[in-house]
Amino acid sequence: MGSARPRRESERGRALPVHVMITFIVRRLTTTIFLLIVVSMITFAIFFLIPRLAGQNAYELAAQYVGRNPTRSAIVQMEVKLGLDKPLVVQYWQFLKGIVAGSHYNDGPSQTYCPPPCFGYSFRSQQPVWPQMVAALPVTVSLAIGAAVLWLTGGVAIGVLSALRRGSLFDRLSMGVALAGVSLPIFFTGLIALELFSYKWALFPNVQYVAVTQNPLLWARNLVLPWITLAFLYAALYARLTRAGMLETMGEDFIRTARAKGLPERTVVVRHALRATLTPILTIFGMDLGLLLGGAVLTETTFSLPGLGQFTILAIQNQDFPEIMGVVMLAAFFIVVANMLVDILYATVDPRVRVALWPCSRSATCACSSRPTMVWSRRWTVSHSTWNGAARSASSASPARARA
Amino acid sequence: MTSLAILGLLRPAGTTITGQIRLDGEDLVSAGPARVRQLRGSKMAMIFQDPLTALHPYYTVGAQIAEAYRVHNRVSKRMARKRAINLLKRVGISQPRIRVDDYPHQFSGGMRQRVMIAMALSCDPELLIADEPTTALDVTVQAQILDLIVDLQAETGSAVVIITHDLGVVAEVADEVLVMYAGREAEAGTADEVFRRPGHPYTWGLLGSVPRLDVPRTERLRPIPGTPPSLINVPSGCPFHPRCAYPARVGGDRCANEVPVPREASPRHLVACHLSARQQREILARPTPGDAPPSRLGGERTAGGRGDAPW
Repeated sequence: MGSARPRRESERGRALPVHVMITFIVRRLTTTIFLLIVVSMITFAIFFLIPRLAGQNAYELAAQYVGRNPTRSAIVQMEVKLGLDKPLVVQYWQFLKGIVAGSHYNDGPSQTYCPPPCFGYSFRSQQPVWPQMVAALPVTVSLAIGAAVLWLTGGVAIGVLSALRRGSLFDRLSMGVALAGVSLPIFFTGLIALELFSYKWALFPNVQYVAVTQNPLLWARNLVLPWITLAFLYAALYARLTRAGMLETMGEDFIRTARAKGLPERTVVVRHALRATLTPILTIFGMDLGLLLGGAVLTETTFSLPGLGQFTILAIQNQDFPEIMGVVMLAAFFIVVANMLVDILYATVDPRVRVALWPCSRSATCACSSRPTMVWSRRWTVSHSTWNGAARSASSASPARARA
Repeated sequence: MTSLAILGLLRPAGTTITGQIRLDGEDLVSAGPARVRQLRGSKMAMIFQDPLTALHPYYTVGAQIAEAYRVHNRVSKRMARKRAINLLKRVGISQPRIRVDDYPHQFSGGMRQRVMIAMALSCDPELLIADEPTTALDVTVQAQILDLIVDLQAETGSAVVIITHDLGVVAEVADEVLVMYAGREAEAGTADEVFRRPGHPYTWGLLGSVPRLDVPRTERLRPIPGTPPSLINVPSGCPFHPRCAYPARVGGDRCANEVPVPREASPRHLVACHLSARQQREILARPTPGDAPPSRLGGERTAGGRGDAPW
């Protein structure tokens, strides 16, 4: 059967044939879109269905969308404006339509237009939600990306060194610090950092967000403290994960093989051990980053960064339902997309997953079954039987998650 | 263990390795780690027990073989790749041109062991150590791999050390045999000598515990009593004495106190046992029961292919 299969053009051809990759990506995209629709349903249900089930009527619901001490007529107006008097299905349809085509909130006398993508209109602040989120997003992205670079490099480097010098002073010291990093809350480390470096020694005075387009230098300077604070939390976690992974990998038979070849120790560590350790770490990294993009609430609050996290807090404090709903959907969007990217990345990084996507890709003799049902179960076992599985679950239960 | 020590791969913290390991007249124990690393893979190579885990899952087999070659030879990647293809061909992998780009998980166990062998042979080592190369494989594949090792040995003329529990393998491939117990030499000699005139009770035990085709099926195997000793607390004296049937014959506590020195039982045949040559002959000559060695060691019932060999 192998001889009948067309030969690949490139001799080196390590990557999967393009059409297989595309099929996979399309399939993954479809799931993602489906997931996003489910997310929108659940969000919608939380804000519109559950209050109903709890016994609230449209009038009471509408009362929560107007300011304090509203008049009766204002509430009725709001009820009509939001279409709360209509059936839920219609409301949900309006909601979806708004995202694509924009919404008109119309109660006769006054008209409000919310341009697409309309994730709701805040009648408290008298503006649509989407532009507010768009304004807050760059802050969160700046914070998250910068911190991510720091914690990934720092955490992995420390983890590798600790693993190699296991039991040494460096190992015990860095693992101690890592424990502190995991345990100390952001508002503690952040405030200490502010107190010391911003006020006492004035290394980074007057920390406030400056757009990168405005002044890149100032942007970076003012973000250094938040970056380090946030990275500290994650680096601690990543150092521990990397250390554990490296220790395990260094005991693997293929490391002994690498040594038996006569490879220099550096090559053994970097090319063989780290390569195997890093794959699952990258998976977790993608998910952490996705989560963080939805808003680093504590960090942003501590450093008064006007990002999505702060936006969320303000929305909750003001009980601004459309804003809360919008930010929930956006955060969910980031997580779902990050998950998708991680899956795709994993398929390109780990050859075993690659083959599982398309068994019998090119070998004449093929160890695995080609039945599609088997494909999925294999893929599942591959990614979950490896260390990655444990790491994923370990980190999802990790303390860093909810405390960024 | 011994083999890992030879390659300089044994380095648990806080231990020292003493003695001499000589390769081509060069002492590896006193040589620095950098020098040993140079020799590793180039002059001495090793095949491990479990081919399923011994290959890196993320690199193609071609890349892994080429890497082994390139550490010790200054060649381009393309040359190394060619070399890898040649090696794969030599170890009997079909379509080597295509298979170089496959990953280990696309190979079966036997093929992975072939890849390991290809990797070990990449620099034409003078010494090839195969540490139970066939234990993880099923019997038909075992035979193939052994044949391959034997063929390649004949082809390259390198020295091959095979570590195994399988006496069948030994009889099949070995020229010289070293029987080790608890890290110590028990008996050494040409394969012929050791199989014809085994002198050590441990060797008797090993031979007695192998099923044979030429005895009635009702005949029970004779296992060696007891369990292998802890290698952290090796028994005093002759390490085999707690499981041996003959310390009484030696008399006194010699077996428990004195480490037996290998002595020449016959030309090119060393036995490390306190039993005298005469005692050994007596024991072997006895028909069966009592404290005698496994019945099959007794002369009468033997026959079989090895001419006058009593087992």
